[in-house]
Amino acid sequence: MCDLRSKAPRMHAMAGDGLELLSLVEEFVVGQQDSKAEDIATGVTTGQFTILKLVEGLGSALTSCEPRTRGRGVQLLSSVIQQCYANLQEEEVQVLTKFYENRLKDHYIITPHVLQGLKSLTMSTALPSGLAVSILGSLFQDIHVQSLMQAERFCVYSILLNLMDSCEEELKGLGANFVFGFIQAVDGEKDPRNLLLSFQIAQNIINRKYELGTFTEELFEVTSCYFPIDFNPPPNDPHGITQKDLVLSLRAVLSGTPQFAEFLLPLLIEKLDSDIQSAKLDALQTLTACVASYGHKELKEFLPSLWSSIRREVFQTASEKVESAGLSALHGLTACLSRSVLTCDSEDSLETFLNLIVKDCQHHLCEPDLKLVWPSAKLLQAAASSSFRASCTISRVVVPLLLEQYNNHVQSTQRRTLLEVLQKFIHSAKRSPVEEGGESSLAEYRQSLCSVVFCALSDSSSALQTSGLRTLMAIGNHPGLLFGTDIELAVDHLSKFILEDVDHETSLVAMEASGSLACLHTTAFCSRMVPALKEKIISDCLGGSGETPPAKSQQALFLRIVRALAAISTHPNLVRETVPILLQVLSASHTGNVQIRQEDVVSVCQNLQCIVELAQGSEESACYFHETVIPYVLGLSLQAAFHKRTLSPLRDEKVLSALVPVFSAASGCSQHMLAAQTASQILMLFLVGDATFLPENNVPQNVNLLKSYSDNSAQTQLVCLLMGCVCSLPINVELPMLDQLLTELEELSCTCPHPFTYTSAAKCFAGLVNKYPSGQKLDQLLENTLTRIDTILTSTEPSGSSNQKQAFTFLLWLTKALLLRYHPLSAPLTDKLLCLLVDPSLGTLAADGFALLMNDPPDVLNKACHADVRMMYRQRFFTETAPKLVQGFNSSPKEMKSSYLKALSHILNCLPKQVLISELPSLLPLLLEGVSCPDSEVQFSTLSCLHPLLLDTPQVLTLHLETLITKLLGLTSSAAMKIRIMSLRCLHALTQLPLHVILPFRSKTLRALAVPLDDKKRLVRKEAVLARGEWFLLGGPGK
Amino acid sequence: MAEGTRLENANPLIYQRSGERQLTAEDEDEDFVDPIDDREIFDIDLNFFFLNILHLIRSINDPEHPLSLEELNVVEQMRVHVNDNESTVSVEFTPTIPHCSMATLIGLSIKVKLLRSLPDRFKIDVHISPGTHASEQAVNKQLADKERVAAALENTHLLEVVNQCLSARV
Repeated sequence: MCDLRSKAPRMHAMAGDGLELLSLVEEFVVGQQDSKAEDIATGVTTGQFTILKLVEGLGSALTSCEPRTRGRGVQLLSSVIQQCYANLQEEEVQVLTKFYENRLKDHYIITPHVLQGLKSLTMSTALPSGLAVSILGSLFQDIHVQSLMQAERFCVYSILLNLMDSCEEELKGLGANFVFGFIQAVDGEKDPRNLLLSFQIAQNIINRKYELGTFTEELFEVTSCYFPIDFNPPPNDPHGITQKDLVLSLRAVLSGTPQFAEFLLPLLIEKLDSDIQSAKLDALQTLTACVASYGHKELKEFLPSLWSSIRREVFQTASEKVESAGLSALHGLTACLSRSVLTCDSEDSLETFLNLIVKDCQHHLCEPDLKLVWPSAKLLQAAASSSFRASCTISRVVVPLLLEQYNNHVQSTQRRTLLEVLQKFIHSAKRSPVEEGGESSLAEYRQSLCSVVFCALSDSSSALQTSGLRTLMAIGNHPGLLFGTDIELAVDHLSKFILEDVDHETSLVAMEASGSLACLHTTAFCSRMVPALKEKIISDCLGGSGETPPAKSQQALFLRIVRALAAISTHPNLVRETVPILLQVLSASHTGNVQIRQEDVVSVCQNLQCIVELAQGSEESACYFHETVIPYVLGLSLQAAFHKRTLSPLRDEKVLSALVPVFSAASGCSQHMLAAQTASQILMLFLVGDATFLPENNVPQNVNLLKSYSDNSAQTQLVCLLMGCVCSLPINVELPMLDQLLTELEELSCTCPHPFTYTSAAKCFAGLVNKYPSGQKLDQLLENTLTRIDTILTSTEPSGSSNQKQAFTFLLWLTKALLLRYHPLSAPLTDKLLCLLVDPSLGTLAADGFALLMNDPPDVLNKACHADVRMMYRQRFFTETAPKLVQGFNSSPKEMKSSYLKALSHILNCLPKQVLISELPSLLPLLLEGVSCPDSEVQFSTLSCLHPLLLDTPQVLTLHLETLITKLLGLTSSAAMKIRIMSLRCLHALTQLPLHVILPFRSKTLRALAVPLDDKKRLVRKEAVLARGEWFLLGGPGK
Repeated sequence: MAEGTRLENANPLIYQRSGERQLTAEDEDEDFVDPIDDREIFDIDLNFFFLNILHLIRSINDPEHPLSLEELNVVEQMRVHVNDNESTVSVEFTPTIPHCSMATLIGLSIKVKLLRSLPDRFKIDVHISPGTHASEQAVNKQLADKERVAAALENTHLLEVVNQCLSARV
């Protein structure tokens, strides 16, 4: 055998190409070896054989009187052409096509191969003109498409599609005959693959304007008979055709031309009236699609019945989808009517249609207690939002009606409904495009709208007030509705809601409304609201004597004012008014003239942060922050740090932590120059002691803030502000004296015993290292630092000493910084942390450290700080670390296991579900272990990790179900409330499992769940009721 | 065709809902004991009991955003009474129309829901608000009779309907 093969090339050379071709043909036709076709095709492509020789070689096969042999011959020819149609010459195509056309009349077993060959030929670019027509002629004449098999029918449609793409003009020359041929070919098609092609052909016919002639209705019939499509692909369908593909494809055909309108619209109405939800939905969506190309002429006759069907669907809505599809269809219809041009003798169809809608809907608006008020309003709004004209027509009727109804009804619930409807109308009027230079459709009701809103705002019902505020927001955002004294009145109302003790929700909405109106009506807010708030905060909150602590209501008022100041700071002019007030409060708290609780100072800082973040895009505000606010706040903090006698809240860690984001948001802003300048000034202050840029500078000269002495923690802790400033700079901003800073930070972090200081220093170091350009310098720096950390960690000091904790914190933050940027050192550092898990004193810290590694810290090393965070670093960390954790867990002594579990559960809690699900089988035993771990933290985090998995992939758990249920039931009597709640939620989620798996546990679980029904905490009972209710339904009828 | 799906009461009166119960500091406190109160029973009835009954009797054909018992005023919080110390619960409900044929079913569903959701120690009394139904007495008697309730739940068809009403969503 081997021998023969080695001789083959020689034989080939001796016998010549002709003989080889003949033998190949022989082996294919007689020897039935399909692979030979491939060999011949390769030969033709490389130029070894020609098609002509092949046909000659096939001679005897093609003329054989045995149909099978002829079929085999044609099959060979077709397979070869399929491979090399691109190389064919025009004459070859001509001859072959004629041959194939002729073969169409041959025996039926040959037909599939003939069609295959024709299909390949129609893909050739060398198709001579005139051939397309003749191919189609033979196809339509000699073949009955629907009696062919699926694959052959597919071939026919492909031929049509190919020809439509290459010979459009010739096909159009056939006139309506082409369409007729297509209709005949496709009539009765059932296979989804073929349907997709035939819908494509029909779409081409319509979109490319083929002549339909007298066959418009036939073409419609032959495609619309599939509407609405009901198709469930078989499971494991290899073709991947979905119901949606078919629906969209058919919809494109049906809605493609207005010529179908007279047939399509009755069909849609009929389907809308059916009982099947999917048919209704499809009909409405198709209607929406086709009105885009229709005009008044097509719709005229059907408008009343379309309206009544749509109205019925929205009124008696059975599903939200149908309702919204109905509303979009109505929107489309009115938009279509608004587009059509009026002729002088015809009636105004839009007007007529809208009158119909208004007539059917308006009386429902007079019954605000009843259900139909809402759907009616939605219908009217859908119509009104379609065009300016529609909006005017509907507003003219509806708005006065609603205003009148509002005055007639006195109950606040009714008024509230009416007001909410009105508010939605204002929104929809805003959506409708306003004509050039025209006034809003609501302009004429400006006055009454305002008075209704003000009436609602003065009402005693807080629900009505809330609706009034929302409506005010809508009016204020609608151009041209709110101006002059009305704005002032509105702002006064808003101030009142903020200053007075009202319902919580109302005050939230008042803030939202103030925020949204402030950017449009800046002046009124500057001149009215800001002074009112300022006066109140100064007289009531800061004016009180320093001795008595303020009352609860006063604190709430303080918080509301501060929050409102932040909410309205949407414009640079407002920022310049509001920020000084907040700074004044900070300053007052610092001097100690008034007693402000520490958490209030924190919230002032937080709102300052909100303002900085809101104003990030504006250059004007950025200047203000960098030139005034930052130096002022820093100056205050320095004063607080150096004046030991005062108990300034600015010495407090919590307040300082709240100030960090203010610094960080300011230096992360888009004005890089400003940020770099501020950063270098602050650096000079910290490194050199140059405090000249601070206002009211009374700081001791040449003080070094980064040197730790025995009792200067109040000064060293200011390093957190430095961190906020330098760690948030964009990556391309360079810092002067960076290396000196890093050395000082390392020193501070390793030596200063004050926890807040050393942590902040470590964070600052980490934030800078994360952005440090890679290279030898960085490697050297890291090596030195790590050696120092190692020395401390392995020193002979008693383990768990403050020094070691410090070094550990430093190590942890450094690992985080390197992990984020995929630095190669992050892996050995993680291993170091893993080793520390078994350390008797640092083990717990290390386990909690994994939470830090996986989560974004709020103030540093996150995206907002422009840190170098690589994509999917969590997944990478998980894949690298989880096996080591599992291994460590298995090999460690029992009392050490919980650290591993804790670390693992921290990691799992931060992972996307998709990643978890694939890893679940290997981790499940560990998770079950975690559920029974005595550490309640581990229990809780394992349960919260398990819960989403139970909801998503319950199948994996089937094997361990018995263990799991027993453990979960045990935890329902845990001491911690959150664990009881979580275990009940997990039990609830278990009801999603397949019935046969879960049913055996029903009675046991039901009995056990009776106990938490009597739990002392209501929140637990609530979950127990939910879970037990679901378990009761298992296996019962009616589920 | 359209006649078949016409609703008995297409435009019912709607009452305002009282909204979610606000969480208080005591709710979060591990040591504080929350007694079972009227509102809790009311929530058991309403929050999970979006009335699919009404779906069944075709007065509301709206399983996706159904009206709750509260919105239809069938159960009001003021008509729910509970005494945690004496372990008794009493619920009054108001059928939508005086001749409502579904009154027994609504009552039975409420009763079953409470049986499943309350600790065993409670004695549960469900009855029609006085003067709101034609055969008030007969219905009340049926609902009070433990054995008849148990027997009713043996009936697969009835249990199916009750379970449908109690499924959180259809």
